[in-house]
Amino acid sequence: MRATCWMGRNKVEVQTVPDPRLVNSRDAIVEITSTAICGSDLHLYDGYIPTMRKGDVLGHEFMGEVVEVGPAVSNLAVGDRVVVPFPISCGACYHCERGMFSICENSNPNAAIAEKLMGHSPAGIYGYSHMLGGYAGGQAEYARVPFADVGPIKIESDLTDEQVLFLSDIFPTGYMGAEMAVQPGDTVAVWGAGPVGMLAAASANLLGAARVIVVDRFDYRLRRAAERTGADTVDYAGVDVLDALNEMTAGRGPDACIEAVGLEAHHGNPLVHAYDRVKQATRQQTERGAAVREAILACRTGGTVSIMGAYGGFMDKFPLGQMMNKSLTIRTGQCHVQRYLRPLLTRIEAGEIDPSFVISHRMPLEDAAKGYEIFKNKQDDCTKVVLKP
Amino acid sequence: MNDTRTSGGLGRALGVASFALGAPLLAVPGRVVRALGLDDTPGTSALARGVGVRELAAGAAILAQRRPVPGLWARVAGDGMDLALLANALRSGPAGSRSGRRRRTTGRAAPRSGWRPWPTGRTAAGRRRRPGANPRTVAAVAAVAGIAAVDVLAAVRAGKRLDPTRTSEDGVFTVSAGVTVNRSVDEAYGLWRDFSRLPEFMVHLESVSADGKHWVARRPGGGTVDWDAEIVADLPNQRLAWRSVSHAEVPNSGEVTFEPAAGDRGTEVRVRLTYEPPLGAAGNAVARLLGEEPRQQVTDDLRRFKQVLETGEVVRSAGSPEGVRSGRLPRQRPGRADTNEES
Repeated sequence: MRATCWMGRNKVEVQTVPDPRLVNSRDAIVEITSTAICGSDLHLYDGYIPTMRKGDVLGHEFMGEVVEVGPAVSNLAVGDRVVVPFPISCGACYHCERGMFSICENSNPNAAIAEKLMGHSPAGIYGYSHMLGGYAGGQAEYARVPFADVGPIKIESDLTDEQVLFLSDIFPTGYMGAEMAVQPGDTVAVWGAGPVGMLAAASANLLGAARVIVVDRFDYRLRRAAERTGADTVDYAGVDVLDALNEMTAGRGPDACIEAVGLEAHHGNPLVHAYDRVKQATRQQTERGAAVREAILACRTGGTVSIMGAYGGFMDKFPLGQMMNKSLTIRTGQCHVQRYLRPLLTRIEAGEIDPSFVISHRMPLEDAAKGYEIFKNKQDDCTKVVLKP
Repeated sequence: MNDTRTSGGLGRALGVASFALGAPLLAVPGRVVRALGLDDTPGTSALARGVGVRELAAGAAILAQRRPVPGLWARVAGDGMDLALLANALRSGPAGSRSGRRRRTTGRAAPRSGWRPWPTGRTAAGRRRRPGANPRTVAAVAAVAGIAAVDVLAAVRAGKRLDPTRTSEDGVFTVSAGVTVNRSVDEAYGLWRDFSRLPEFMVHLESVSADGKHWVARRPGGGTVDWDAEIVADLPNQRLAWRSVSHAEVPNSGEVTFEPAAGDRGTEVRVRLTYEPPLGAAGNAVARLLGEEPRQQVTDDLRRFKQVLETGEVVRSAGSPEGVRSGRLPRQRPGRADTNEES
């Protein structure tokens, strides 16, 4: 089959690789009809996530048709149309039973590496480093889906691929980011007008936010966020974000702050950005924390900051004292996607939201390398790339 | 398991010995060199001073630390260097030795046959020189070799105690690890009590009879080893213990306990294995070189036990087709299906 392979920093290639096969009895094989490049894939592309190996198949946002099921899978049949959540979760451990699927205790066979770095291991993830399992990803023609009796959701309505594809990651991720922080009537600030940030802003609306403000530096993204979510915008390249948010809220600050940027954040001040960039390049920190710092400083006293950007390790100059003295609540985590599949599919079916508004580019799987390049460099007003195998 | 012991008296004594050797080498290098039966040239004196500095540094490192593992290994490295220098001296020492003399090169060309800290191999005439072994140098070599053996022993012993879950006394190794499973004590005990299922999650086992009385294991280097065992304790839902009987090649015993986790959140499973590898510490070291670190192996076994108990089978990925196997982490396959993969 053809598959998008990580071949080193800033290098992906679509190669012919062996077809996946059933390995465990609870596996299914899915023939992929649509798959997407995630912002977090860019961290792999840029070489910031350790334990990638040359030849790893990328991709954790995918959907398609079941073509084979293992003997222990009774809920799916060949021919079913499914969306596959990005965390691989067993459904039986302490955390899965409590709905915390992204910290499944059984799905990462390489947990020992993650334990060295984090103390305990999160769940395995498709195509996202060997530290997170060494699973082949879904930017390919086929994928092996372990624990197929727990993860995938069947799509039985006639919604298009594009309307439901993002149930795999970015819609639940944006939604969980909002759900962890937003109370009805809140003023909500979202850092990052990428796909997750835009879906977090849209989710904040669904959850009853009174006002949503989105912070970014790309005009085309801010415009799209304003058009599609009704958010106000702050361009951090032009203004001081803390001043702007204070002014917009008459000194009170946003009640809920959602960080949807991740470890390659930029800062409006080139000197501050250079400081983080140098420390990251020289491996003195794994994260560039500009967005997290700003969210903590901007948040109303007693407010909630939810961190949904992807991070890998250690960050410098974390404003712990500000967080403590302002009585902030911090919420975070990889999204427990399985928990949100049913309720969010219901919202899509009811027409409350159509997450496909984040898509800017559709291209064949063969053009994956070009997709990574334009998404990374924000060329051609790129916000989200969907690949068709 | 008591972990308060450090390298103890031996390490400390070696630290003091480093000082005792280092001080005269620095203060009166010429006399030390002559006492060793070597020629005293400016070169050898400078080298002797260097060795003295090294000894003082090693001594300080050993005495300054509670667990002087690096300092002791530094001593081992130093022993190797000394042996090499002395061996060169033996090889290049002239027959009918004039060794032990004071040599001053004032106003004359440097003597051709004097000891050099590197092998010359050939005389001016081009004939291979027969080694003229000075008895004092030979004695020094023997002494350094003996000290090296003591240094290795002290370093290995000090290193052992860095890991509180692995101890060795008289060649008996103990490994322990634990895991919390989201199942009742009844289920956890039940899986373990069916000894024939142990190889499902203990990958170094080939087979175990259902009654736990005959075990077959894979050797780290290939092949198998088998032994008979007896069950020495079986308290349902609490504890199981077994040990090898008669003439097992690797005498071993094991114990697993099951306790409800606090707050009724599953079961805490704790394993303790004891074994006597052939050749003791050396055998254990060889097994580790072959990728079978005992502590990691037991931790991996328990992770697979948890997977089997909670999900029904060992979880596998493209990069880890055999499932949890920490010894293989550094040489993972790429995350893609493999045509040679066994299904």
